[in-house]
This record gives sequence, C-alpha cells and structure tokens, in this order.
Amino acid sequence: MAATPNAVQRLNTLAGDGVQRVYALAMNTLGLFMEPAQKLVGVRRMAYLFVLPNLLVFAIFILFPMLLNVYYAMTEGGNLYPQDRPFVGAANFERLYTCTDYGDPNTCLEDRFWRAARNTGVFVFFQVSGMVIISLITSMVLNRKIVARGFFRSVYFYPVLLSPVVVALIWKWILQRDGVLNAILVAVGLDPVNFMLDGTWAMTWVILVSIWAHMGFYTLILLAGLQSIPAELYDAGAIDGTSTMQAFRHITLPLLMPTMMVVLVLSLIRAVQMFDEVFVLTGGGPGSATMLMVQYIYMTGFGTQNPRFGMAAAASVTLGAVLLVATLLQLRVGRGSERHLA
Amino acid sequence: MTAVGRFLTRRQNDGRQGARRWTVADVLTYGYLIAGVLIMFGPVAWLVLSSFKTQANLLEFPPTLLPLAQETAEVDGYPDPLPLYDVAFEDGTVVRLAQVRRVGLQAQMVDPADPGEIVRVTIDQRTPVRVLRLATENYTESFSRFNFATYLRNSVIVTVGATLITLIINSMAAFALSKYRFRGRNAIFLVIIATLMIPISVILVPVYLVITQVGWINSLWGVIIPGAATPTGVFLLRQYMLTIPDELLDSGRIDGASEWRIYWQIVLPLAAPALAVLAIFSVMWRWNDFLWPLIVLTRSEFFTLQVGLNAFQGELNVQWHYVLAMTVLTLLPITVVFSLLQRFITTGIASSGVKG
Repeated sequence: MAATPNAVQRLNTLAGDGVQRVYALAMNTLGLFMEPAQKLVGVRRMAYLFVLPNLLVFAIFILFPMLLNVYYAMTEGGNLYPQDRPFVGAANFERLYTCTDYGDPNTCLEDRFWRAARNTGVFVFFQVSGMVIISLITSMVLNRKIVARGFFRSVYFYPVLLSPVVVALIWKWILQRDGVLNAILVAVGLDPVNFMLDGTWAMTWVILVSIWAHMGFYTLILLAGLQSIPAELYDAGAIDGTSTMQAFRHITLPLLMPTMMVVLVLSLIRAVQMFDEVFVLTGGGPGSATMLMVQYIYMTGFGTQNPRFGMAAAASVTLGAVLLVATLLQLRVGRGSERHLA
Repeated sequence: MTAVGRFLTRRQNDGRQGARRWTVADVLTYGYLIAGVLIMFGPVAWLVLSSFKTQANLLEFPPTLLPLAQETAEVDGYPDPLPLYDVAFEDGTVVRLAQVRRVGLQAQMVDPADPGEIVRVTIDQRTPVRVLRLATENYTESFSRFNFATYLRNSVIVTVGATLITLIINSMAAFALSKYRFRGRNAIFLVIIATLMIPISVILVPVYLVITQVGWINSLWGVIIPGAATPTGVFLLRQYMLTIPDELLDSGRIDGASEWRIYWQIVLPLAAPALAVLAIFSVMWRWNDFLWPLIVLTRSEFFTLQVGLNAFQGELNVQWHYVLAMTVLTLLPITVVFSLLQRFITTGIASSGVKG
C-alpha cells in the first residue's frame, strides 16, 4: 500500500512534465512567428500583434455582424445576401411597433413579437426576483456552521453544469400528463393537471425550471460575498445585543449589496436572453404562451420555411438596445463589482 | 425537579465540546439542506431510474419507483418465453402460471412445470409477477439512431478546441491591454466592455451570413471560432494581469527575453488562477451551447451532443424509453468531470463573480 501514493505522485509529476512540455512546445512554435516579428516592428508595436488575433475574431464575428444587423433590419425578403435585399428603411421597425392598443398583442401587426415581449417581461420579472431570493436564502444557509458544506454547495451547483437540453428533458418527463408529479398530486388527493397545455402553468414551470437550473451559480457568488464579510462585525454586534434580524439588516445586507447587484444584473441579462431550456421544454407553447424574445428571433429568421431576416434583425436590434441599457446599468453599479472581480 | 433540569441543561450547554444542543435554526437549516438535496438531485435520480424501465413500465400510471418488468418463463412447446402471472382460484389457492394467449376477458394459462394442460381463467383473476430488472436494451437499441460516439467526439472537439483558442487569444489581448501603452488601447477596451453582455443570439442573422461566406456551415470551426473572442474573458484576464507588477516584466527584458517569452514564461504562469476560472467558464459555455450549433450544424455527423439529443427527442416524441436513456448518457460525461473537480470548480467560480 505504501507504494501507491508514490506511484500516484510520480504519475502526477509525469503528467505535469508532459503538460509543461506540450505548453512549451506550443508556445515556442508560436514564438517562431512572434519573435522575428519583434525585430521587425520593435518592442512598443508588439502590443498590436498581441491584440490582433482576438481583435480579428472580435471584429469579424461580433462587431461587423452588429453593424450588418442594423442594415439587415432596414431591408426585407428571404435572401441572405445583403446585395440581394431591397432597402425598405424603417419599414420593419414600423411594422414591428404598430399596434392599435399596446396593452393587447392581438391588435399588433406583429402580434407574436409583442406576445414574446410580454412573455419575456413576465419571465424576467418572476425568474430574476425568485432567483435572487432563493439564492440569497440558500447562500445564507450554506454560510452557517454546517457539516459537509462542500457537499451541499456542490449539490446546489450540479444542475448549473447540465446542458439546457438535458434540463428540459428531465422536467418534460416529470411534468408530462402521466408523469410523476401528477402521480404525487393524485396520491395526496388532488386532481392531475396537464401542465403543458395550460398557459399559466407552462409559464410557471418554465420559470421554476430555469431557477432550478441556474440558482447554484448565483448562490456560489453570494456565498463568496457573505464569506468576505468579517466575522468580527457579527461578534461586535452580538456583544451589543443585536438580534439576528438586526444583524441581517444592518450588517449582512449593506455589505452584501455590491455582490447582490452583480447577481441581479447578471441574472437579468441572462433572463432576457433565455432560449434553450424553454425551447426544448415547451417549444414556446401552448400556443405562444411561453415564447420568449430570442425564440421569436430564431423562429422568424431560421425556424420557418420563408425566413424574414429583416424582421428578425429588427427584433434583435430592439433586444440589443434593451441589453445595452442593462449593460450600462451594470457599468454604473460596476464600482462594487469591479472590486469584487479583482 | 427544576434544579435537576437546570443541571442537565447546563451540562449540555457548557460541558464537553461538540455537545451543543439543536436550536430551531439548526433544524431549519438542515431541513432546508435536505429538501435542497431532494429537489436538486431528485429529478436527475428519477431520470436515471426511469431510463432503465421498459416501455410498458414507463406507460403505467401511477409510475413505479423502481424499474420493474414482468417475469417470463421458458415453457416446453412454446418458442417464445411466456409472461408469468399469479392466478387466484375461487377456492383461495394461488398458483403461478404462464399465459399462452389472451382472448377477450379470458386468458389461457399453462403450468410451466406441466405444459400439457391449458387452464382458462378470467383476466381479473391473475396479477402479473414482476421483478426488478434494468432495461439496458433502452441504451443498446438507441445506439443505431443516436450516434453517441460521434456526438461526444464533436462536443469534445468543440469544447476543448474553443477553450484553448479562447485562452490563448484572450490572454494575448489582455496582456497587451494591461501591460502596454499604445494608441487605440482605450478605444479597444471600451468597445470590448460595451459588448460584454451582447450574446450571439442577438446577431444571429449576420453571423450566419459571415459563416456562410467563410464556408463554415456544417463545420465545427463555425461553432468554435465565432465565440472565441469572449469580451468576458478579456475583461477578466485584464483585471487580473493589472495586479502583476511591471518590474517583473522589466527584469525579464533586462535578461534579454523577447516580449513573447515574457508573455508565456512570466505573465501567463502568474495569471494561472484567472486562466483557470476562464477555462471553467469556457468549458461550461461551450459544452452547453445549443442555439448557435443548432443553426450552424444541420448534418447529423457534425452534431454536438446537445443538438443531437434535441434532434433525437424531436424524432422520437413518444418513445420516451429511448429518449431518457440517451439523456442519461448525455449528462454522464459532465457529471463525471464535476464529481472529480467539484471543489476546484465551485471555489473557482465563487472567486470570480462573473459570467457572460
């Protein structure tokens, strides 16, 4: 038995050596290009060479498409190539925003867009508030002196790693008409519910499932925030006779605020972008009761026989504007988060 | 009595270490945690249990907890194994018989030990004999339509390739943005910050056009490259590299090291914690990526696991026994990796506080 740790250690060193060798080989190979380049351009201009690969990919696949997207939004038809697309100015946006009554999606020309917008609003509001509250409670429970904290922390985090398709299928199986949840309902004397055929139920479960899938991530961030609060503050409070509730209100909440803002903004942005889980779980149904904004863009541009790229682009420009506002919000509260990041 | 009570309580509170009494808060805490384990693991456990049930067992309502299958017996004179039933006769005796066939409300049964004589019983006299059996055929039979090995290979190529490329180009850019003064530095950094939160789903149509022009439709490159220049990664690494003292770089320069050598031999090893966090994020993003691969990959030999599983479940909408088995297979790799690296992953993410 004594030989085993040695063997493991030797294996580790061997593996470490291997990784180091591969790393050095790869970097030296890239150096065959970068080192002569330095002689050519000088030390100071090397900075441009270092940003170049990232900048190229960024420009071609993010920046240029963003600009092109605005042009797409001002053209119409099913042709993918910009030169084949007739320019229509703001017509797509006009069509997108035309409603006789903004409270009722049925009166809008693009009724599915407005339904998706409303669904996204409902989804974001309930999902984000539910997520923040549940993550906060969970992180506070995990921050107590408990046995096997590492295990419980991992339990809550595990679903974060599951892919959205897997998450959706797990819950589709549980929630289906003859599923285990209905069996439990029947067992306690309630009527079974066809969750996926009722708009309100479907939206409720879409929200709950996405909280289930992502809460572990935010719990971890909040837990880190809680653990960075010095214990002396609570000790001092205890000496002064502070109650648990008072300690929570006057010590925990204020000091956790920067972390809370990070969690709030991150979960907000993710919620606005939600697509995968909902798409596989409900397909946007019943009807369009759970169709969210990104799914509308996908369906309009790709999930149909006659794609309307212009309309999809106009909708995504709108969504992009909303996200930009959220990002600016993130930068405004960034004071706290940047300290947290560093 | 009260004195005795006080004495006992005092001993519990102030006595040996660890003999603390359970408070209401403790009970609530562990109640919450145990409920959490049930809610977080329960659905996955139910999926795994269900994936081993036969199609008939899956269709039952209410469902059985464990995968049960009807026991069968080989009977002389019958080519296929016959299902076994316990038959209750009017005189109160219960006999285990095999069913030959069912005609309306009547069933023809034989005694497996004495197959010559056929007994006719009404069907409500018999109850099926069931045993715990794992329906592994759910897995083996799916393989003809769900090409797990191919999808897994594609997913691994995409995840590993994209993560390596992301780490290299993001760290190079972060190195330049944090350690050099050059014209355009602030502009580049600002543009990256501005797009920090813009996901690819917002610019689907034009990125699709670019990919078509480059010829990357149905190519794993089309999945790997567009997301490689993550603004999140550049931001995270730049913030970390700012904390590395410039003097270290200068001493390297005095020793005659090239800028490239300073980058990979001094800065990258020092930025290892931030690189590890970015690597975890990148693996999570890429392994779970769905919408973009769904658009780029239309031929099944290029499907990643997520796209393949989605196509498989769409094709076999009602054949849950196959879908569940393949879902379990899809969650297996990430579960294994997580159980090996869970401490590393959870502490890594907790220390970063960011996800794009």
